[in-house]
Formats: sequence, structure tokens, C-alpha cells
Amino acid sequence: MIVVRIPAALRGFTAGAHELQVAPGGTVADVLAELRARHPQLVPRLVAPDGTLRPFVNVYVDRADIRSLQGLATRVPAGAVLSILPAVAGG
Amino acid sequence: MTVREVTPAEARELMIRGAVLVDVRDAPELLAGMAQGAVHVPRCDLAARVPELAPDRDRTLLLMCASGVRSQLAATQLAALGYVDVRSLAGGFTRWRGEGLPTTLPRVVGDLDTERYARQLALPEVGEAGQRRLQDARVLLIGAGGLGSPAALYLAAAGVGHLTLLDDDRVERSNLQRQVLHRDAEVGALKIRSGATTLRGLNPRVEVIGLEARLASSNARALLDGQQVVLDGSDNFATRYAANDACVALGIPCVHGSVFRFEGQVTVLWPARPGSAGPCYRCLYPEPPPPALAPSCAEAGVLGIVPGIIGSLQAAEALKLLLGIGEPLVGRMLRYDALQARFEEFEVPRDPRCPVCAR
Repeated sequence: MIVVRIPAALRGFTAGAHELQVAPGGTVADVLAELRARHPQLVPRLVAPDGTLRPFVNVYVDRADIRSLQGLATRVPAGAVLSILPAVAGG
Repeated sequence: MTVREVTPAEARELMIRGAVLVDVRDAPELLAGMAQGAVHVPRCDLAARVPELAPDRDRTLLLMCASGVRSQLAATQLAALGYVDVRSLAGGFTRWRGEGLPTTLPRVVGDLDTERYARQLALPEVGEAGQRRLQDARVLLIGAGGLGSPAALYLAAAGVGHLTLLDDDRVERSNLQRQVLHRDAEVGALKIRSGATTLRGLNPRVEVIGLEARLASSNARALLDGQQVVLDGSDNFATRYAANDACVALGIPCVHGSVFRFEGQVTVLWPARPGSAGPCYRCLYPEPPPPALAPSCAEAGVLGIVPGIIGSLQAAEALKLLLGIGEPLVGRMLRYDALQARFEEFEVPRDPRCPVCAR
């Protein structure tokens, strides 16, 4: 399985869940499609209407920022942790 | 080669415009006092330590000694090393004092407060040399709030000699749950005043400067110039991007911390890092979110200890940078989740097309 870690800022869109499990075998975009099916309001926070990752949200496959890989086309291996990190400004 | 000379009054003017005044006398001579605002670097250490004073070699360096002779020799040496604008203070400290310009009593000298710093001096990585580095160091904290509070307390306690608090807010009762720099009796006071009072009470030898200002792209460079490390504990994206852009332009490492509810992020943004350039904030997050997608702490809430932990991590990184020890948090970010009790580390690559830091 793939574990998706949801940050506090977005848990309002996952009924409070901080982790979700998704079947492996695809790309980041595939994982997001699966999340969209379960939590329709979550993914629009991450992906702009034009299908690109929003510039104030980072997605990591394990430790690596997908912007430095193949973006949403980055493959997510079984056992990976996909972390979503939005920019936060609080101080 | 002739070295330009300046009078004490001219030196004061140049310092306001960003020049750094370097006192090259030997430590025992400082018992007589120092020019206010001067940084002490003994002449024998000057070549090794000048890069931290003027990382870009364009900065105006004003050298002073007791009478103006040794500072001329030192200025010649720095000019030969490629420093563009090096001047010598005519008449040295004797003339400075004679003209009634402000002086301070020595902070350095053989009177390092060895009792106060005993546990730090015992660390081989710090020691007396490191403690003196901290004593001469200049750190600016953007925001004397949830992150700036623990950071300022630990930096002052550690003996960082010159701390600047930049904040234009006043203490509110709702701040006290996390902003541990301020006391109940200070509600209504400017945070820079309240913060300076607390820090001076903790360590009277630390120079605490309060700047009642709000950092913006229009004033950021002027406010941050001359600092060795900037610690970003601000509470909004506009300030964070302005701070980042100015730090990139000035070559200053920016220790970033940010918090939301039960989570925090900390990283060191330092594109000018010698030998291995790091990313900037725009590499990490290319654009700020629109306001509708960015709830503030005021709306979202935050557990007070979370900025306590993140601000403390920022202070640890700042101390490491000042001491030149360990592996700084450059090119990676720590994220802390208090509810899961979990730290995670992520890579933060440079963006080769970054509009601010890519060359």
C-alpha cells in the first residue's frame, strides 16, 4: 500500500483523517485521482483547475519533492509515503 | 598604496548607510572602551574573519585602532585581498572619544563571562573562540511572537551579542499562551519593548535593539543589511517573501520557521552558502497562496508549544551557523507534527529557474 499523510491544514477535507491508504501501482496523479473519489474537496486544494500542482503546495514521495522528479507523473512505489505539505505562514 | 581616511563623524554617517566599523585593536586595549556599534576583530584575525563582515567585498569597511596607524596597515591588507571600499578612522579610538562620540564598555576582552557560559565553554565545538564569535554576532528576528519568543530567549541566553527584534505589534492577552517573551503586565506594550526588557533581564550583556517596523519589499534590504543571520518568525506570507528576497540579495542565511495548529516547518534558506548553495523560500514554495486558501493562526488556532519547539529549532540552527559547526538544515526541511509526535525530513532542492536566487 501507499500511505498518504494529510497535513493539519487539510484535514477538514478528509473528515479529520491524518493518513489515508491507497493501492500502489501508479503515479502521483493516480493517487490524487483515488483521493478525489473519496474526498472530493481535498484535491482542488492541491491541484489547480488546469491540472498543475498549486505553487504553494508541495508533494513528496518519501523525502523527494515531486517538482524535482516528474511532477504529478512521478511514480509512487509500493510502500512509499506520499506527504502533502502546504505553505503555512503562522508565527 | 594610500588608504582613504575618515573622521569619526564621517564614520558615523557611513555606518548609518550600512558601513561596518571594525575595531582591530588587541583585546586588552578594549578595556578603555569601544566606539558604539563597532565590531571587534583583532588585526591578526582580520583576514580570516573579514568574509563574515563583508561577504560581497563591496561593503564599506571602516577600520579603527587606537590612533589610526595600525588601522591603515590593516586597510592596506584588506584592499590587497580585493575589498573594494576600506577606509581607516583617522585618530582612532582616541579621537573618537575625544570628540565625544558614544562609546561602550568592553564586552569582549579577558572578561568573558566564563561562569555564565561554563556549559557552552565546556563544549569543544564552542569553547572560548566560539563564545567570542557569539558575543560579536548580529542576529535579527523578524517577529517577536510565537517563534521569535523562544528563539530570542535562547539566543540571548547563549550570549549572542547583538539581537535585533523587528516587530510593530503590541502585546495582546491572546499572545501570552505562546509568546513567552512577554509578561502579563506588558499587555498593551510594544513587543519590542516588552521583549527587550525580558531579554535584558535574562542576559544584561546582550545588546537588544528594537525596530518598530513592518518588513516589506520596500524596506527589507535596509532593515536586514549587516546581519549575520536572519530568523524569520513572521506571521504572514507577504513578510516571508519580502524577507526571503532581501536575504537572497544580501547573501544572509534565513532560518525559516512556520507553524499551523499542531504542525511546524523549519529549514535554512541560504543560496549564498559558500561551497554548496541552498534553496530560497521561492524554491520551496514558488508562490504564496491566495488569502482564501491561507487561514491565519488567528483563525485556525495553534497549540502554544508548537511555535515553542519550532522557534527553538530555529535558534539551534542560528547558533550552528554563527559557530560554523554541524550540518545546517540547508536543502532539507524538518516538519514536526505534535499530534503524531513525529518529525519528518524532506529534501528541498534548488529551483534552477527560481526568479530570485537562480543565477
